[in-house]
Amino acid sequence: MTAFDETQLSDRTLDGNAIGGQLREVFGTEMTAAVGTCASCGATAQLAETLVYLNAMGTVVRCRTCTAILLVVIKRGEVNCVDLQGLSALTTEAG
Amino acid sequence: MAGTAVRGRLTWQVATVESLRPETASVRTIDLAVPGWAGHQAGQHLDIRLTADDGYVAERSYSIASAPGEPVMVTVERLEDGEVSPYLTEELRAGDEIEVRGPIGGYFVWDGNEAEPPVLLVAGGSGVVPFRSILRHRAAIGSAVPFRLLYSARSLPDVIYRAELDHPGDGVEVIYTLTRQQPSGWTGHSGRVTPALLGEAAWPVSRRPLAFVCGPTAFVETVAAALVDFGYPPERIKTERYGGTGATG
Repeated sequence: MTAFDETQLSDRTLDGNAIGGQLREVFGTEMTAAVGTCASCGATAQLAETLVYLNAMGTVVRCRTCTAILLVVIKRGEVNCVDLQGLSALTTEAG
Repeated sequence: MAGTAVRGRLTWQVATVESLRPETASVRTIDLAVPGWAGHQAGQHLDIRLTADDGYVAERSYSIASAPGEPVMVTVERLEDGEVSPYLTEELRAGDEIEVRGPIGGYFVWDGNEAEPPVLLVAGGSGVVPFRSILRHRAAIGSAVPFRLLYSARSLPDVIYRAELDHPGDGVEVIYTLTRQQPSGWTGHSGRVTPALLGEAAWPVSRRPLAFVCGPTAFVETVAAALVDFGYPPERIKTERYGGTGATG
């Protein structure tokens, strides 16, 4: 385990609004109002409401309910490497 | 909301700084000329990208301060340890060019289509920026939706857009609370936003209000939790966290 627990809510914790541009870059459409389902706990939330951590490695998006990782984006040059394994569903058909 | 999603590739483009003006000692508003700007919704963002001489790139997301239909404007707070905001608030000059992309976001927006329910805006520090866009949009479309803005600032000189907010127009009530320093004779609220103060400012749940909360992370958590305690449905509370004590950057 690491000494630094980023899931402790702090001033460094942002939310999905802060990565709207990056999400649109990855998905090609507006995603902050899209609804994701956490693969760990089943909670659903609009991506704007998720916990977001920006660090030197990339962007980590966590579930606000259980803090499991939903989505990771790491940029290498002009290529975005995206890990979506923490999401069991993701839809832009928000109500 | 699906119908409001803007499809298409988001590309960086060059914007020219038209003018700059100080809002407070650490906050400045930047008017931008963005060729071919597609137009934005009230509450949306703009990304700004700076590239250093050595190729190092830093990007930050800022709320757009102007209403839909107005020229693009951002208001930036200087963060002491920021990479981007010190440049934007101190170095940038009229005529300079910066890279931007946007508009961005579809969650923290108010389009004025909901006619009846009153709206509560709760701002901490520079969290007031998207609310300027929303309030100006409300005025521009002639909306009669009742609005209340509860705005927490350190002191009166730290209040952003004060001249504008002191005359908010019919149907809009602006309530300040000053957390650190109050002028002599101050009759407004003092101290942080507490559940008691929020209880005074918040619309009754029976009116199905819509709430927008924007500010530092801890501020937003406190306010949103109190609104849920009052019985506001979570889906009627839109939140935006800036991190730190101000804007993200």
